[in-house]
Amino acid sequence: MSDIASRVKAIIVDKLGVDENEVVNEASFTNDLGADSLDTVELIMEFEKEFDIQIPDDQAENIATVGQAVSYIEAAK
Amino acid sequence: MELKRVVVTGLGALTPIGNTKDEYWNGLVNGKSGAAPITYFDTEKFKTNFACELKNFVATDFLDRKEARKMDRFTQYAMVASDEAIADSNLDLDKVNKLRVGVVWGAGIGGLETFQNEVLNYAAGDGTPRFNPFFIPKMIADIAPGNISIKNGFMGPNYTTVSACASSANALIDALNYIRLGHCDVIVTGGSEAAVTIAGMGGFNSMHALSTRNDSPETASRPFDATRDGFVLGEGAGALILEEYEHAKARGAKIYAEVVGGGLSSDAYHMTAPHPDGIGVIAVMKNCLENAGLKPEEVDHINTHGTSTPLGDVAELKAIKAVFGDHAKNININSTKSMTGHLLGAAGAIEAIASILAMENGTVPPTINHTTVDENIDPELNLTLNKPQKRDIKVAMSNTFGFGGHNACVLFKKID
Repeated sequence: MSDIASRVKAIIVDKLGVDENEVVNEASFTNDLGADSLDTVELIMEFEKEFDIQIPDDQAENIATVGQAVSYIEAAK
Repeated sequence: MELKRVVVTGLGALTPIGNTKDEYWNGLVNGKSGAAPITYFDTEKFKTNFACELKNFVATDFLDRKEARKMDRFTQYAMVASDEAIADSNLDLDKVNKLRVGVVWGAGIGGLETFQNEVLNYAAGDGTPRFNPFFIPKMIADIAPGNISIKNGFMGPNYTTVSACASSANALIDALNYIRLGHCDVIVTGGSEAAVTIAGMGGFNSMHALSTRNDSPETASRPFDATRDGFVLGEGAGALILEEYEHAKARGAKIYAEVVGGGLSSDAYHMTAPHPDGIGVIAVMKNCLENAGLKPEEVDHINTHGTSTPLGDVAELKAIKAVFGDHAKNININSTKSMTGHLLGAAGAIEAIASILAMENGTVPPTINHTTVDENIDPELNLTLNKPQKRDIKVAMSNTFGFGGHNACVLFKKID
């Protein structure tokens, strides 16, 4: 697992209170990991802070799974 | 229409002198002080460096981590105290008509720590607003009852009353009236507060409202003592299950007491100072007695607002004399804030609980830390100083007054 992927997963485990094994690339924040709309906003903000990037709202809407988050951040870095 | 009778069938308390209803009562009758140096933040530059914090409270012992993280402490406290009260009431949550169960809660401030930390975080940044999406829903004062209803599925009236230190007495009176009028069968009421924060301590210190007796925190809250120098900030929650009498009887519930009346008034005088002649306080006790249909002579015990401030304590006792006349000297008067400190929006709730438990146990908890007689106080009044007193209580009154001039008074009666 890349460094970015492991940091993303650690944030998700912490914020959503889910088990590490559940945080697979295909997992949807809302459908699989129990996130509500506020949780997903918080996740995006945590990613921005952790990786020192800006994720505009219109792009944040396209980040719905763990894998999408990792890919987006890898491209942005 | 005939008003329904309303009784108390469950209690829960999370206080600086005990984390459950039973521990709270033990603390009260043993004259335990909840005051100690503040552990939550560095107080080096603060005029007051002590408060009545909760002891050994870990939110995740009661709430799952994800849940706890989305709640300010004032909501965490509300969840714990309401859970205890609901369990104490033995309400069967699968049988009760949840459309007729409400939650009416009191909070004087709400999520002060959340507000403070989010603003500090913004101020430390580059001006980009990176507020946490949970900032507003964690902070707002009505989120405590919101969360209690979400957890338990209670779909009746649901809101928070805000009247500073009278907040949870207001909540209790609203709950009483909804049930009296037949709108609800059961209401979870009470209040919670978590203002022992840098903003809370700094703000109250600036008003010269807090005791600065840093060399002796546990004796600082000394209501009615000549050397009192301000209140001691406390935190926590109290919860009461109010229930329609026939509903409670039908399910064989334990009944602690009947809530027989509530009084409300305003000083219409000053933002923070009590009226020197106590006109609003006299009015609130009178209209509470009238609301309950009781005569002054029937009152055995008064749990006062008694915050240990120079002006407030004397004004309240003068008002008690004005309302009760010669009978005032027969009443067991106390201030449990001498032990718990001042829980602001939760004060009305935990003091209502203290009054009810005093009635149940036939014992009036003491006003601790009294050493020096205040010549402005009538020596004939029984202030239950320093030691608990045995007393058969049929009727107990609980007073709470809030900044803004809000006065609230509640009367409890032993069930016939």
